[in-house]
Amino acid sequence: MLILTCPNCGVTAEETEFHAHGEAHLTRFGPGASDDDFENYLFMRDNPKGVHFERWRHVYGCGKWFHAARDTVTLEMFGTYTAQTSTVPQDIIDKIAERRPEWHPPEGA
Amino acid sequence: MKKYSVFAVAREALRHHTGWQRAWRDAQPKKRYDAIIIGAGGHGLATAYYLGKNFGITNVAILEKGWLGGGNTGRNTTIIRSNYLQDPSAAIYEKSRSLFETMSQDLNYNVMFSPRGVIMLAQTHHEVRGYQRTAHANALQGVTTEFIGPEKVKELVPIINIDGPRYPVLGGLYQARGGTARHDAVAWGYARACSDMGMDVIQKCEVTGIRSEGGKVVGVSTNRGDIDCDKLGMVVAGHSGHLADMAGFRLPIESVALQALVSEPIKPCMDVVVMANTVHGYMSQSDKGEMVIGGGTDGYNNYTQRGSFHHIEETVRALIETFPMVSRLKMLRQWGGIVDVTGDRSPILSKTPVEGVFINCGWGTGGFKAIPGSGWAMAELMAKGRSPLTDAFGLNRFQEGRFIDESVAAGVAH
Repeated sequence: MLILTCPNCGVTAEETEFHAHGEAHLTRFGPGASDDDFENYLFMRDNPKGVHFERWRHVYGCGKWFHAARDTVTLEMFGTYTAQTSTVPQDIIDKIAERRPEWHPPEGA
Repeated sequence: MKKYSVFAVAREALRHHTGWQRAWRDAQPKKRYDAIIIGAGGHGLATAYYLGKNFGITNVAILEKGWLGGGNTGRNTTIIRSNYLQDPSAAIYEKSRSLFETMSQDLNYNVMFSPRGVIMLAQTHHEVRGYQRTAHANALQGVTTEFIGPEKVKELVPIINIDGPRYPVLGGLYQARGGTARHDAVAWGYARACSDMGMDVIQKCEVTGIRSEGGKVVGVSTNRGDIDCDKLGMVVAGHSGHLADMAGFRLPIESVALQALVSEPIKPCMDVVVMANTVHGYMSQSDKGEMVIGGGTDGYNNYTQRGSFHHIEETVRALIETFPMVSRLKMLRQWGGIVDVTGDRSPILSKTPVEGVFINCGWGTGGFKAIPGSGWAMAELMAKGRSPLTDAFGLNRFQEGRFIDESVAAGVAH
């Protein structure tokens, strides 16, 4: 059972109070974009074995969206952070680096 | 290879079972193969088998990082059906179901195919309309299914509670020739037949890199050295993204854990497979007497082969309402498998941006039933460059918007 802390309302709760919504920090493409960009945005996913940044929503709480950093193999939660950012905050990157010295942050993070 | 038969059993009984041979050779990797298949699960082994049987390509290696059939092939709930809504799905799943009918004879290996019938319960009016539509589509596709009323459901499944307080059974989509098979035997039977054709089934051989020159594949690197090949088939389900990354392309796939559990063995009480998609649970009884129960996938990407605990509660709670007797059962084992889910919940059987590399993945929560059909089609794709069964399942469908949308038709129980 994952334990998450909602950065919006500060509540710490089990995963059943939240809902995951997939990979975070996707660059959105719309009308006028190339077919490749649109396909990449809509369907292609990194699906990593290891550190994953993802979108969550506090569905049975404040109802607001946030981001989380999690390991998809060990299920370790590295931390949660605001949804109002397109990059991973430095303190989250530091936390992951501390636990996973061999890990490199994604480009643009 | 000595044939298995009633005479072989009698002969061995008389000499204390000293004459049985290994089912497949413990092969060592050679320097070069015509084709390499990554992944010795059901789909990978079936691909190799039909490459040999249908196209005479037998200089083939099947590489497996763990042990044979240790992934999703040995972790599913063994349900076989072909009652899909869309034409391309019905074609490949029905091909697969029909191959199951003769598989034991084909492979000279008893896969215990049991066409005991599959019922998908309609427990909302929406589902009634959905399944009636599927039954009509199946009639046009030549797949024998019928929509049955609640009385017929009760007749086929006496232990069911059809007037449940929340979700009464309003009918069901019934496929009488669907059923189950012994999942391990499917992998073992194919492995034995492949080995007999001279193919190398190499276990504990993990692919660590994919080597290509000028956009064309030349071989793979493994923990047991480099191996060259002309054609490469990736058939690794949940770990496809990882391999695609090595080859340098991306996939429209997310991996999640799907779990199942079995009860203690009890006397025979249900001789059909019942799926209840509204409440997310499905159940059949194995030949050992265990009730085999499947549930929902985890809500987030993961590679844990375990699954979230609360999903077990949700699944069992739902089943207790429809099958009250389940409340008195003790559960024996629970496990999870990593399923590779695509955007439209349909598989990918396709060429890739790297010439000579083919991919077969994305079967998501319903791959076991597709093993022979998938292998048949993938072998044709690899040998001839295209197959009528795989045309619709190409990677390009995501760019062109030609989705095979089964998520509405099949829901999670797949």
